[in-house]
Amino acid sequence: VRGEEPSVKHGGCVSLTSLPAGARGKIVDINAGAGLRRRLEAMGLRLGTEVTKICGLPLGGPVVVQARATRIGLGHGMAGKVMVEAIRAQ
Amino acid sequence: MSEDGYSRKKIVLAGNPNVGKSMLFHRLTGVHVTISNYPGTTVGYTLGRLHYPGGSPPGSPCSLAAGETLEVIDAPGVYSLDPTCKAEEVATGIIATAAVLVNVIDATNLERNLDLTLQLLEKNIPMVVALNLWDETAHLGIAIDDRKLESILGVPVVPTAAVTGEGIRTLVSRLASARPAPRPPSSPPERWKEIGRIVAACQVLSPRRHTFLQRLSDASVQPFSGFLLAAFVIGAAFVVIRLIGEGIIARLADPFFESLYAPILYRISSFLEGEGFFHNLLIGKLIGGRIDFRQSLGLLTTAPYIEFAMVLPYVSSFYLVLSFLEDFGYLPRLAILLDNFMHRVGLHGYAIIPNLLGLGCNVPAILATRILESRKERFIAATMISLAVPCAALQAMIFGLVGARGTLYVGAIYLTLFAVWLCCGIVLKSTVQGFEPELLIEIPHYRFPPLGPFLKKVWVRISGFLREAVPIILLGVLVINLVYFSQVFDVLADLTAPVVSGLWGLPRESIVAILLGFLRKDVAVGLLVPLDLSTKQLVVATTVLAMFFPCIATFVVFLKEFGIKDTLKASAIMILATTAVGTLQNLVF
Repeated sequence: VRGEEPSVKHGGCVSLTSLPAGARGKIVDINAGAGLRRRLEAMGLRLGTEVTKICGLPLGGPVVVQARATRIGLGHGMAGKVMVEAIRAQ
Repeated sequence: MSEDGYSRKKIVLAGNPNVGKSMLFHRLTGVHVTISNYPGTTVGYTLGRLHYPGGSPPGSPCSLAAGETLEVIDAPGVYSLDPTCKAEEVATGIIATAAVLVNVIDATNLERNLDLTLQLLEKNIPMVVALNLWDETAHLGIAIDDRKLESILGVPVVPTAAVTGEGIRTLVSRLASARPAPRPPSSPPERWKEIGRIVAACQVLSPRRHTFLQRLSDASVQPFSGFLLAAFVIGAAFVVIRLIGEGIIARLADPFFESLYAPILYRISSFLEGEGFFHNLLIGKLIGGRIDFRQSLGLLTTAPYIEFAMVLPYVSSFYLVLSFLEDFGYLPRLAILLDNFMHRVGLHGYAIIPNLLGLGCNVPAILATRILESRKERFIAATMISLAVPCAALQAMIFGLVGARGTLYVGAIYLTLFAVWLCCGIVLKSTVQGFEPELLIEIPHYRFPPLGPFLKKVWVRISGFLREAVPIILLGVLVINLVYFSQVFDVLADLTAPVVSGLWGLPRESIVAILLGFLRKDVAVGLLVPLDLSTKQLVVATTVLAMFFPCIATFVVFLKEFGIKDTLKASAIMILATTAVGTLQNLVF
């Protein structure tokens, strides 16, 4: 169901939807079927990729992340499936 | 096989979306294709020719002869060789037929682009890599060793900047050295490891401070500033379109028609002695002894006036503004901001792009629905567009005619169309079976469009409009004269009077205009002028015209893209919705 917060905490990791804007994280898990996984991977979002969350739009809106040189917008549900481990700023 | 029967070697441009394949194609062949700054501009393929100057060295795998003419194909962009939408299916199909592949890479995004490069190499087709957007690497602090990349990949690598033309000659001359560099099939993790090694060996990044455009880019998707900017952009677009459109009409078109063109027509009119079949056909009726460009309905009077003095100014200014927004890279940001809202109508944010294109012309808009992933989304978007997104030509007429009675009434029409658009989406979302995918898009960098190609694009759109519109509008005026001349009209009017007069409260003659809307909507609205409608009738008639059946060009594209069954479904929706809305407006207003 759209608009619902999927898995906020998940063993020390958070989903992209709950990562604060401006924070960096490393992708540790993608809770999705093979099809979606492949699409995300082809766009450069894969296990181990470090991303910076640019922002999330309110009320179940999409999330924008920067992964190296690519800036990607992904729907709320999709973003909720991408689990990241927050990286502290030095 | 190409159209003249020779089978030519195919050079296919393949690469990720929005890396500049179409611009490169234009540079190679001189054929103009629509180029914008958003992923998914190209949804079909375009053929062009390249007269090859030099030959291949003896024994090279793709053996191009000196002076040979090659067929160059511009294909839609793909992220991988597993297609996820119709546009990507088109591309993967074409790649398989290539004699030589030109893999176009975004040099500012080497790592992600190489994934497809490695997959293409596995296909064992002779290949050249164009390291495009080379001109943008310097200010982003990216340094790539193209020689090293060439030796690692095993195929020629040429830095190019398609926008400026840099490197295009070298690319052409190295086509002859294209060669396959086969790799064993690899799993994605193996490829990424390999890519990591390649990038580490060939690319050096030095941090750069954020430029103004990058900060603007961030601000355009932030929750608060993003919506503020969007409101500003849409408002500014509207004001600029009006200013330019009205400016051309008042300063150029009207003076031309009134002082230069009208005197010639009066001569013809007096030569034809002011009456008779030919006079009516060419000049039309004289109103109070004078030619009235809006009402005379002649092939030489009303037809060119509607097209050149009422519609063309607005079409031109609309395409100027839309093209700028496309090329600057704003549209994907709008898609992000509106994603949430678009889900209410069964679509995702990216569907805003075909809808916006529809405000120009519904035909490319329906083709552009190919960037949507599911059939359900495509059907919803295309139906909404043909039902409730008025094209620029129609809008120009709405502003010209209804606007003269008061801006409020123009507002009423737009509000009605928006409500219809919304209801159509909401109803189809819950009734059409199928999958509603989520938004997943790459957001391009903001770029100031290079002036030459930008103006060329606007010109191609405007001249395309004229080529299609002028013959049909002349045909329309001819048909209308024949209909009035013959007795067909009375039969038609009697048949349709219960709906036209009974439900919509319009004079029975308006059926001719409504039916002619099937040919062209702008000329159809023009036909309402001589009917002396009340303001209420004008609003009802214009709304009905906007919604009732798309024009023939849109209808044909719809049929091609969706097949007969879905076209009938969409047509039924249009007829029902139009009847209901026209009646409602008649009752409520």
